[in-house]
Amino acid sequence: MRTTEDNLAPMHIEASLFSVFYRANQAVKEVTLGIPAGMVTAIIGPSGCGKSTLLRAMNRMNDLVPGCRTEGRLLFEGQPIYGPDVDAVALRQSIGMVFQKPNPFPKSVFENVSYGPRLHRQVNGSELADIVERSLTDAALWDEVKDRLNENALGLSGGQQQRLCIARALAVDPQILLMDEPTSALDPRATLRIEDLIDELRGKYTIIIVTHNMQQAARVSDCTAFMYEGVLIEFGATKAMFTTPKEKQTEDYITGRFG
Amino acid sequence: MRVHLQRDVEKLKRAILALSAEVESDVRTAVRAIEERDEDLARQVVDREAHTNAMEVDVEDECLKILALHQPVAGDLRYIIAVLKINQDLERIGDLAVHVAERGLFLSGQAPLDIPFRLGEMADKAQAMLKAVLDAFVNLDVAAARQVCAADSVIDAINRDVFQQVKKAVAHTPANFEALIQVLHIARHLERIADHATNIAEDLIYLIEGRIVRHTSEVSDKPRGLVTTVPALSDTTTEPKP
Repeated sequence: MRTTEDNLAPMHIEASLFSVFYRANQAVKEVTLGIPAGMVTAIIGPSGCGKSTLLRAMNRMNDLVPGCRTEGRLLFEGQPIYGPDVDAVALRQSIGMVFQKPNPFPKSVFENVSYGPRLHRQVNGSELADIVERSLTDAALWDEVKDRLNENALGLSGGQQQRLCIARALAVDPQILLMDEPTSALDPRATLRIEDLIDELRGKYTIIIVTHNMQQAARVSDCTAFMYEGVLIEFGATKAMFTTPKEKQTEDYITGRFG
Repeated sequence: MRVHLQRDVEKLKRAILALSAEVESDVRTAVRAIEERDEDLARQVVDREAHTNAMEVDVEDECLKILALHQPVAGDLRYIIAVLKINQDLERIGDLAVHVAERGLFLSGQAPLDIPFRLGEMADKAQAMLKAVLDAFVNLDVAAARQVCAADSVIDAINRDVFQQVKKAVAHTPANFEALIQVLHIARHLERIADHATNIAEDLIYLIEGRIVRHTSEVSDKPRGLVTTVPALSDTTTEPKP
């Protein structure tokens, strides 16, 4: 596996002394790390450590939070994410996001997935149908919904809804998928389906997943970042982190001695 | 979950400590049986074998339970894996102690051999290695573990010397052939005890430093610092906490 430690994988997102403030509160403190392309990176840490804030900074979802500002550098494919000329909407096409609670639109399955391509690229007709099928296939949902495309998405199970949200994100051809605790609201079986899906998407997309489930981070990710109180404590290959962590704080956290 | 893991690890620590003590005692008793030509001592070691084997099975059961129920990671995981492997080495050392005792039973029925073998020296060194590595395990002392690894070559050299001595003795006094073969076997068993003590030392280095040093020359390198919160066996209380 190519890891950041090997310095072989190109970096898809790079943070350099990057901080996020919610007014006076510094939620992310001068984080420096590189997210390798085509791999799954997990961000773990106790509640309030800044992992979701860091994740949401990557596609500027924090712009929607009043009083939120950043310092330092955050690059996507070498370009500043917070550059003055950056179109945040276009950025979010390239860096898609899936949230903890599945949030399909109250529309049909087809309309959920086709919404993005229709809006961003004015795609219609058979090309749109192809995109919907491909996206649902990539999200491992096509076989379950191909005969129900016109049914309301809210009638799907929780796990299916989450996979629909992933399909919706994939439909606009992102390069990166951000996942903020994507299985927290799902039952164990649905959780495993999502984890299998992450494994299938690895290589085609760069995936960054925030999870409070350390076993999940160990199962699905190539690299893991451990954060504590806004600070990046350790970042490295997941196998090494979970067998021989370098920092005592990391060892204490992943062995359950705190957090 | 952390409390349950801690409780189960404490139980495991007590079990592996008990097995270590029993095996060390068996080796000591078997060597005494040879030196003092004492059949009773030899039989004590042979009779204890079933109990030692049962203890080994209990330790393995406990390790598997911890792995299945707690999915330990990092230092906790390395500890369980190291105990699993050390457990196997201890059981083999126990077997070897029994073999030494059985040779002793045979020799006690023969006329004493008056040959300047280095068997006594070999036995002392093998026992010292075993004691040192078990102390290192209790105290998680990686420097002491490295010293045990370094001592193995001395035992190997003595073993080769004993072979040459036995060869000469057989040529000189063929009538003593059967007894001399037993001496050769005893030397081999002591050499294997030293090998297993070395294995335990290598597993201890993995436990503390997270590096597999088997089949490498890294054992003699300077130890690398690795932060670990693995509990030292020396912290174990002998009585279970209420």
